Amino acid sequence: MTTLTRTNSSVDESVFFQRYQRQASQTDSAWLQSIRKSGIDRFTMSGYPTRRDEEWRFTPIGAITETVFTEPSHHESSLIKSDLTGLPFGDLGGTTLVFIDGKFSSNLSTIGDFETGVVVDNLSSVLENSPAAVQPYLTKLSQKDGGVFTAINAAVFDDGAFIFIPDHKVVEETINLLYISSQHSSPVASFPRNLIVAGSNSQATIVETYIGLAESVYLTSPVTEVFVGESAIVDHYKLQQESLTAYHLGTMNVTLAKSSVFSSHGITLGGSISRNDISAYLGGEYAECTLNGLYLANGRRIVDNHTTIDHAVPNCPSHEVYKGILTDNSRGVFNGKIFVREDAQKTDAKQTNKTLLLSDGAQIYTKPQLEIFADDVRCTHGATIGQLDNDQLFYLQARGIGKEDARNLLVYAFASDVINKIKVESARAQLDKQLFQQLAKVQSYDEPEHEFSEDA
Amino acid sequence: MSLLEVHDLQAEINGKQILKGVNLVVNPGETHAIMGLNGSGKSTLANILAGRDSYDVTGGSVTYKGEDLLELDTEVRAREGIFLAFQYPVEIPGVNNTYFLKAALNAIRKHHGEDELDAMEFLTLVKEKMKLLEMEQSLLNRPVNEGFSGGEKKRNEIFQMAVLDPVLAILDETDSGLDIDALKIVANGVNKLKDGKRATIVITHYQRLLNYIVPDFVHVMMNGRIVKSGGKELAYELEERGYNWLEAEAGEPVPA
Repeated sequence: MTTLTRTNSSVDESVFFQRYQRQASQTDSAWLQSIRKSGIDRFTMSGYPTRRDEEWRFTPIGAITETVFTEPSHHESSLIKSDLTGLPFGDLGGTTLVFIDGKFSSNLSTIGDFETGVVVDNLSSVLENSPAAVQPYLTKLSQKDGGVFTAINAAVFDDGAFIFIPDHKVVEETINLLYISSQHSSPVASFPRNLIVAGSNSQATIVETYIGLAESVYLTSPVTEVFVGESAIVDHYKLQQESLTAYHLGTMNVTLAKSSVFSSHGITLGGSISRNDISAYLGGEYAECTLNGLYLANGRRIVDNHTTIDHAVPNCPSHEVYKGILTDNSRGVFNGKIFVREDAQKTDAKQTNKTLLLSDGAQIYTKPQLEIFADDVRCTHGATIGQLDNDQLFYLQARGIGKEDARNLLVYAFASDVINKIKVESARAQLDKQLFQQLAKVQSYDEPEHEFSEDA
Repeated sequence: MSLLEVHDLQAEINGKQILKGVNLVVNPGETHAIMGLNGSGKSTLANILAGRDSYDVTGGSVTYKGEDLLELDTEVRAREGIFLAFQYPVEIPGVNNTYFLKAALNAIRKHHGEDELDAMEFLTLVKEKMKLLEMEQSLLNRPVNEGFSGGEKKRNEIFQMAVLDPVLAILDETDSGLDIDALKIVANGVNKLKDGKRATIVITHYQRLLNYIVPDFVHVMMNGRIVKSGGKELAYELEERGYNWLEAEAGEPVPA
């Protein structure tokens, strides 16, 4: 393993620094320059994390940090709209902003008619045309909570989505953000940047999707910031079906105002190394936050979910359910932090992490981390790790259902409570399809240990 | 040819011998009751016939439709018409009752070269059978057995039997935990499903169920063997005299 170098000269040479310099030179606005500078400075200061960092203990990313990721060459994609339908999660219907290797493609995008004041646009054009709309929000959450890759993103990000819902507006139509990585002969990295601002008493549903077209090595490192205004309702979905050779290191930072409701559904099906960092700050009373997750890994893949729910004020409930299905020699990591600040009385936080290990070689590292400074709260957490239930398998087979089908049915059943909470019909139907396709490829089921019941 | 021929079947679990030579012949259309105390091996026999692999068969043979049953996978036995109504039906959270039953029925139909039923055809069949068991339709949309009462679970077993239409039904203590009303409904369901061809093996502790499902033959199991067989009057005799008198007759100590 290479040792960490924290000198400027080493980072100077890094392609990210060159990207930063190019991006910084292209902008006239001082505030954006300072955002980029602050990002590259943080990266320069800290360098890449290693396994000595507590937050990265179980997720080795040497394969990522030792790879030179260049900037994708942006040429007009040969894809046409109808091609999207054939891709997993490629066509969820309705408004879809499409990005190829991080760059907005207006040809492939479909943007419906929204009420006056609603903005659904790509970030780079908003930064060019009306930066004042973005300035109060951009990096305001990620700078505080983000890690190194968030900092790199701030320094070099090129494009992404800007979604603004004014006060009292309800956007019924789902807003889809589709990030497609195309084929490249050498490793490339893209840093999508999404900003979602929901005004008070507004509603919106946003689906972020990440897919890869080819089994090539690339890095996608998106950052999404979500501002949920007073009494607003925001449902967020992230469907990750990157190539199995790709790396995905994503961050989402959310802040919830009084009486707002935010839910996140993070589905990870792809990627060689996948990491999702989510932080939610409950900053107004009676705000309600739900973080749900589901991941499926095979081979030697790693899926790491780090979540933080910060209860800063009284009377907020939060719910969290993460479920993992691991086979072969794959690895799952779950770290669920819940902070309950001194003022946050009557907090009601519930966290569950369940993992299904389908092979002897699969591993899960799960760590609930509750830090409670208030005295009148209810916080529960539970982690279970299990295998398929032999009695359930026998029951299904005894009714004529074949062994493979019975296993897949039980695995699906394990995931079903997360799946059933997905309200976007098209996304759920696609997920069902993808899950069954991937389960059918799973070879290394180990026989569950025999359980014996007493003869009666 | 008999439907089922069990010959000198011996089996053990964790090295402990449970079946010590069971002989049983069942013909189409017959109803056999197997009675006996806890631990006599009744449920083991039922589970081995259905294909549970936690038992080791150490001797003897089982022939079903002229074939070696023990060579068949569990699901193939089911598709060939063997149905076990479980003593303890398992709960399967996340698997919808309708989806499960449709998958099962279509797996069986496919095995016999029949077309799979579409959603409408399936629903029509299911509704008809639900009436038979006086089941609430809402149970269909719930996960398999999850949150069902004991009686609902047992009724659900017989309902599945009604839909899957087996050749050989094995009811493993379907009466246990049922109050008399539920027992009547379940027994009534079994009786209405009689078609003169289906063979049924009813496993029970008590004679009570046999008032409603009248057997052609009654067998008494003790210590892993069938020690006495007779007509339905044997069940009454057991109810009256208990099992101790058979101990002397069979030369077997009755387990405590």
